[in-house]
Amino acid sequence: MQLIYEQSVAGRRGVRLPVSDVPAATALPDNLLRREPAALAEVSELDLVRHFTNLSRRNYSLDTNFYPLGSCTMKYNAKALENAAGLFSSFHPMTALLPGGAEFCQGSLGLLYDLGQMLADITGMDEVTTQPLAGAHGEMTGILLIAAYHAAKGNKAKKKYVVVPDSSHGTNPASAAIAGYEVITVPTAPYGDMDIELFKKAMNDEVAAVMMTCPNTLGLFNPHIQEISDIAHGHDALMYYDGANLNAIMGKVKPGDVGFDVIHVNLHKTFGTPHGGGGPGAGPVGVKKALIPFLPQPRIVMDDDGQFLLEDHNPGSIGRTANFFGNFGVMAKAYAYIIMLGREGLIRVSEQAVLNANYIKERLKAYYDLPYDTTCMHECVFSAGKQLEHGVHAIDIAKFLIDKGYHPPTVYFPLIVKEAIMIEPTETESKATLDAFIEVMIEAALAAQTNPQQLLDAPLTTPVGRLDETKAAREQNVCCIG
Amino acid sequence: MNDSHYCPHTPEEIREMLSVIGVASVEELFSAIPAGLRAKTFNLPPGLSEFETLDTMKAIAADNSACLTSFVGGGYYDHLIPAAVDHLSGRAEFYTAYTPYQPECSQGTLQALFEYQTAICRLTGMDVSNASLYDGGTACAEAVMMALRVTGRNRVIVDGCLNPFSRQVLKTYLYNLDVEVVEIAPLDGTLNRAELAGLLDQSVAAVLVQNPNFFGCIEDFSVLAQQVHAVDALLIASVYPISLGLLVTPGEMGVDITVGDGQSLGNPLSFGGPSFGFIAAKKAYIRNMPGRIIGETVDKQGRRGFVLTLQAREQHIKRHKATSNICSNQGLCALRGLIFLSSIGRQGLVELARLNRDKAEYAKAQLAGIPGVTVLQSAATFNEFTIFLPKAADGVVMELLKKGIMAGVPLGQYYQGSENCLVLTVTEKRSKKEIDRLVRELEVALCN
Repeated sequence: MQLIYEQSVAGRRGVRLPVSDVPAATALPDNLLRREPAALAEVSELDLVRHFTNLSRRNYSLDTNFYPLGSCTMKYNAKALENAAGLFSSFHPMTALLPGGAEFCQGSLGLLYDLGQMLADITGMDEVTTQPLAGAHGEMTGILLIAAYHAAKGNKAKKKYVVVPDSSHGTNPASAAIAGYEVITVPTAPYGDMDIELFKKAMNDEVAAVMMTCPNTLGLFNPHIQEISDIAHGHDALMYYDGANLNAIMGKVKPGDVGFDVIHVNLHKTFGTPHGGGGPGAGPVGVKKALIPFLPQPRIVMDDDGQFLLEDHNPGSIGRTANFFGNFGVMAKAYAYIIMLGREGLIRVSEQAVLNANYIKERLKAYYDLPYDTTCMHECVFSAGKQLEHGVHAIDIAKFLIDKGYHPPTVYFPLIVKEAIMIEPTETESKATLDAFIEVMIEAALAAQTNPQQLLDAPLTTPVGRLDETKAAREQNVCCIG
Repeated sequence: MNDSHYCPHTPEEIREMLSVIGVASVEELFSAIPAGLRAKTFNLPPGLSEFETLDTMKAIAADNSACLTSFVGGGYYDHLIPAAVDHLSGRAEFYTAYTPYQPECSQGTLQALFEYQTAICRLTGMDVSNASLYDGGTACAEAVMMALRVTGRNRVIVDGCLNPFSRQVLKTYLYNLDVEVVEIAPLDGTLNRAELAGLLDQSVAAVLVQNPNFFGCIEDFSVLAQQVHAVDALLIASVYPISLGLLVTPGEMGVDITVGDGQSLGNPLSFGGPSFGFIAAKKAYIRNMPGRIIGETVDKQGRRGFVLTLQAREQHIKRHKATSNICSNQGLCALRGLIFLSSIGRQGLVELARLNRDKAEYAKAQLAGIPGVTVLQSAATFNEFTIFLPKAADGVVMELLKKGIMAGVPLGQYYQGSENCLVLTVTEKRSKKEIDRLVRELEVALCN
């Protein structure tokens, strides 16, 4: 398909601007003016609409294809959520920051406050900040809170390390690095979780925090979690909960009840807000009481009369983590999602997410290696080890699935499983969809034995075949010269 | 038991699935969670239909004041959004997709983001852009961390005229790293160049400025760029994209890294988010850039396609040594930015920028006519400017709020000694009638 710039015709335009009702200003001095207008596209509105509509048709998406992308919780995004966010699109965030302005945006401030309360209940935390703009941003915020906690106790110099399991998301160590911590990685034991003995050896009084995903990225709930948090607390290390997999446990277990001190939640995973092809997400952070003094500001509080106010002069705060109050539009969608599903609905979400993952695991384990064969939570991780004997890699199975109309599962993550295929069906898919997907996965496994070339050649049905990634990295053509 | 259309299984289907799994109940699947750790309470209210949900949401929205005429900016701007932006970014194929990890079935998102990167480069005059960051403030922080990596130094000079929220975000990001942040107090609402010259030496990694700055002042940083380069440091500029319809580009001035908030490009105010941050740089620094980058390539048949590239910089490969911890960014908002810029087009952006400046200059002239009000004259301005009031701006702003006008951002809480200063923003959406009313009401408020 042509680039939009390749469709440009000088002088053409997609929208007409209003006529000015004020006199023209005197021109700016030459040194402050750009020499040439920016070479933006020059297309009619219809050209524009066709271009982006046709581009959109080159995507697989949740609304068009089953999307069992492990760790990403690609559940259906209810249409009502879009309507809910639209109700707030015209409100300026500075309103709340003007003197006396809070009373003019009680709805928005109250929504953020109440969402924080509901997330605190779901996660077992005492207070939630909605400021972080994505999951990784929440992780960074959480680790900065932990650093502030240790610093306030006079232990800034003493605390040097963050402990993570080797199955963790890459964002965990990367976020710890921004807070100035070194990372200690603990291997996974044969039972599929952080090796408890090696963990004990790794722990000492210089550890600031232990970052866990629970259930972990293998989809397993760690039976030692209470022991791990007791050991961590014994060294005055705080427990950090990566909320990427919260969809498995709502109403079943609260991270705050099992020793976690800080948690981030991915609203674009567990709470049904769309992922947007790469964001916006939102990563609210919940904390236990001891960490409240360090929360980002401005902090939204409720006074005795039920009025919502901004508290902006807290000396212990880590400061601002974003310019305003977080991705408000995403928060409005998550709020609507939570009140729409309600208590029973959220419990059912986790139950059926876990049911669906176990169903797929059972039906496929005869065809694919299952490195950790035990009851899983909301996702299951296979290995294409068996298929590799025929020269077929996980990526080849992924490409075959594309030809069959499925978005592939996550492949090659977690890093500790060779040729990993990580399947997260989510609760919103019907049994018929799961069955059809299972049949195609079985077909892929059989094709690996009988006709591996078919997998190596896939995909054939897409607008482009497999792309030369080395060429892209070498040439670095990241913008169209024109 | 199953009344939710978001969990579609019938009781029969659930029984069949349980029997395949070989367990008696769904509850058995949770047996890995020790009984003692189970949630003791779960206090959320019962669920609602989507109709009741939206009624509730409408009631919440109604607690906001919907009829305020805005003359505030502060990094977020009330601009026109062509209808096509909502409709095209509202295509479910865009908004219900994930990050484009599988390029063959994600060419829509990938090509759009490549076109976005192109638009940002052309707008700013820079060589390379990534596929978006979170917002303007975090983009400033990412740019500074990028400069620390490029130079291997640990001292940063920040112009006090940079948006105070962005300065606060930068401090939060850098607090635990071994980095010294030196802030230069503004001089008449512009960069104090003499003080900066005294601070520039081989220890400095970067100088961070904003154009137009928080006071609305436009500055030419061409000479500054030469001075910064003379000590092998990088110049980082935060810019307001709409202003680049008219203003000299960061690229023309010799800026090394350009950042900003993309909200003004087709993203609604939405109480502060989501918008997107952008970052663009000279090509030499591409390997130190944070976040996703889309690159052009071909398939085996030579057909053009687009992929996530230079992923060896990123957290999922490099873990704690990554250029940033960012994963999800603000892709859909960046797409909106691209659709906006493609709709407005080459000449349209010039006209839009001019319209903003014309409105602001008109407002400036009218406000200058109020007895006791003076306008900060130290530099030319775009669509924001600073005025001095004969009394504290806080009280005046509160008075005007009661009249349904957000008169501007009082500077007192951000700059000591500026209690009488007010920064006003006038976009193309403000009519002459609205501006005239602001002037009248301000005059009344000043007489009280």
